[in-house]
Amino acid sequence: MRTIVIEPTFEAWRGRARELLLEGVPPEQVLWSDEAEEPCLFGAETAPSSPRPPASAGPSLKVSSAFMDLARTTAAHTAASRWGALYRLLWRQTRGGEPHVLALATDPDVRQIQGWAGAVRRDIHKMHAFVRFRLADTDETTGREYFVAWFEPEYRIVPLATPFFKKRFASMDWSILTPHACAHWNGTHLHFTPGQPHNPIVKEDTLDPLWRTYFRSIFNPARLKVQAMQSEMPKKYWKNLPEASLIQEMIATSQSRMQEMLDTEARPARPAPRNAYLDSLRQRPAPES
Amino acid sequence: MDIDRKLEILADAAKYDASCASSGATRKDSRGSKGVGSTGGAGICHSYTPDGRCVSLLKVLMTNVCLYDCHYCINRRSSNVQRARFTPEEIVSLTLDFYKRNYIEGLFLSSGIIQSADHTMELVISVARQLREKHHFRGYIHLKTIPEASPELIAVAGRLADRISINIELPTQQGLDLLAPEKNLARTEAAMGHIREKIDENREARRTAVAAKPPPFATGQSTQMLVGADAATDASILLRANHLSGHYRLRRVYYSGFSPIPEPSVILPLKPPPLVREHRLYQADWLLRFYGFHVSELTTESGPNLDLHLDPKLAWALRNRGSFPIDLNKAPRESLLRIPGLGVRSVDRILSARRHTRLRLADLLQLRLPMKKVMPFIITADYTPARSGLDGDALPTVFMPPPQQLEFSFDGPSPTPEDHSASRSGEL
Ligand code: SF4
Repeated sequence: MRTIVIEPTFEAWRGRARELLLEGVPPEQVLWSDEAEEPCLFGAETAPSSPRPPASAGPSLKVSSAFMDLARTTAAHTAASRWGALYRLLWRQTRGGEPHVLALATDPDVRQIQGWAGAVRRDIHKMHAFVRFRLADTDETTGREYFVAWFEPEYRIVPLATPFFKKRFASMDWSILTPHACAHWNGTHLHFTPGQPHNPIVKEDTLDPLWRTYFRSIFNPARLKVQAMQSEMPKKYWKNLPEASLIQEMIATSQSRMQEMLDTEARPARPAPRNAYLDSLRQRPAPES
Repeated sequence: MDIDRKLEILADAAKYDASCASSGATRKDSRGSKGVGSTGGAGICHSYTPDGRCVSLLKVLMTNVCLYDCHYCINRRSSNVQRARFTPEEIVSLTLDFYKRNYIEGLFLSSGIIQSADHTMELVISVARQLREKHHFRGYIHLKTIPEASPELIAVAGRLADRISINIELPTQQGLDLLAPEKNLARTEAAMGHIREKIDENREARRTAVAAKPPPFATGQSTQMLVGADAATDASILLRANHLSGHYRLRRVYYSGFSPIPEPSVILPLKPPPLVREHRLYQADWLLRFYGFHVSELTTESGPNLDLHLDPKLAWALRNRGSFPIDLNKAPRESLLRIPGLGVRSVDRILSARRHTRLRLADLLQLRLPMKKVMPFIITADYTPARSGLDGDALPTVFMPPPQQLEFSFDGPSPTPEDHSASRSGEL
């Protein structure tokens, strides 16, 4: 039995998995675990430097890029058993002689890994949705704005989730701070620094009150569906959303607001005002349908 | 009037439009640009209000002053609601400021009709033009267009927007004559026809372009139909939706249950919103578009409305028990799609898995299928349902919710996986 301790990154896993596979070590003989201390989250600077063993003849050790993508996503999950499960699936597709195993959504290994990957993808999606930037600074000479956000993702998704913000907000500078890692964009480079334990941002944005006005006004109290809201926007995200403080009150008053509408006396129809356009509508022949 | 109050009035005025999609736009982003924004792929819901609706776009009216008198609408000329009007610049800065804070995916702009259709269209266009040309905004823009506006203006709107839409409002002209006297079904359809031509022309021109691609045009149009305001049956609503989707290739038809509004009209008494009915219509719409169903299969002459207790596919299966059970290991895709409880994604997983293995019940558990719903209708390598179970009178009652649950179902019957992915992408 071998114990492999890796930095919790996809790159670190891939490097070791490749070695083990070439050596022909079956998955039951490997125990994987995360390095307890994380000297650096980002592989690029401290990539494992063990030399690559020479490729050996034997069964093809190639796997599809779909599997590599799946593995990259799964690596961001925090379940301790993910490295072992990924290696097992890698083994089965190559030395195990089951190249088609990914097509089997009914296979427990596949099912498990797709479940993890799905949770990570959802977390990334929610990060794209729920990050809220606050204006921190405006450069006096260039007018270029600098925004900061605090977000608490469930998994280690910062490197996977932030390229999206780079594309979307290329023309402004920004930082997204999280407990796992922080991402910074300066118009040309996206770089990462270690995570911060607490939200250091104290002031709310001057636009937040206007955003709350919008949130309050776009809500229709006659169609309350609290469950539907919460399944898409679970409470764990609320504390970092400037609009969420309104939710309780909006729910509490919806019934009486609806009743008020039902109790309102109906308004009579007013005749059409004099207007050339309205007159022309009446004369316009209906087109053939 | 300050901007906060204007926003309050003009967002309130826009909230009855159900459309919130921000997906399916041409891929573009802000790299190398002076502006912000990106689109393409699935849209994002940046928040959810307690009505369960996705908040994806800044959805506002230019003004809620309106010449028309649509009785379901809070902005109609007979309403005493307080009126307000944004300047184009105000909407432009709100959109950009909201966008930079990652509150929204873009702008959904509509307007009450003032002076004339063309005048109103020009105002709406001026906002989109400023965003695109002055501020290089690459986020999502959805413009509501007016069927009576000139085709040239609608074309300009299409060039600036990612999506344009015209609300059909009601499925029949009789309904419109009663509730929206200024609106005309044939004119609306004619405008949809023009838009479709433009979209097709542009797609073709971009496909065949050798050198520079022609400027983009909206990639789709959508519409909204009001449910429960007039006497229209589900059959007539679905027929109209199907007709529109087919002829004008609409990306989406939104069904909006008529819900109580402040400022009710004498002509249209208020009722609680038909939320379950709205949900069933969406389900039926999915069946028509992705599952190969026809309207005539989902509703019948004696039952022109969808069953509120059973989802439309299950209701169809119970009426057509002779088509079952279906063998999961052999049946073609079209037949698998007809099995209650199987969504498109599960069907594709089954097809992919059965190329390598014979499916057994245990495999279906791995796929997390709703077994109770699926089992009466399928055959697997190790299971065949008793014919008596499928033919018995008891089967429908198995699926009926116990009476006390009926009320909960107003919170939305349990959504299908498609509903989930759809609401994630902001589509439902
Ligand atoms: S045209 Fe009809 S639906 Fe649109 S704002 Fe005016 S009254 Fe309302």
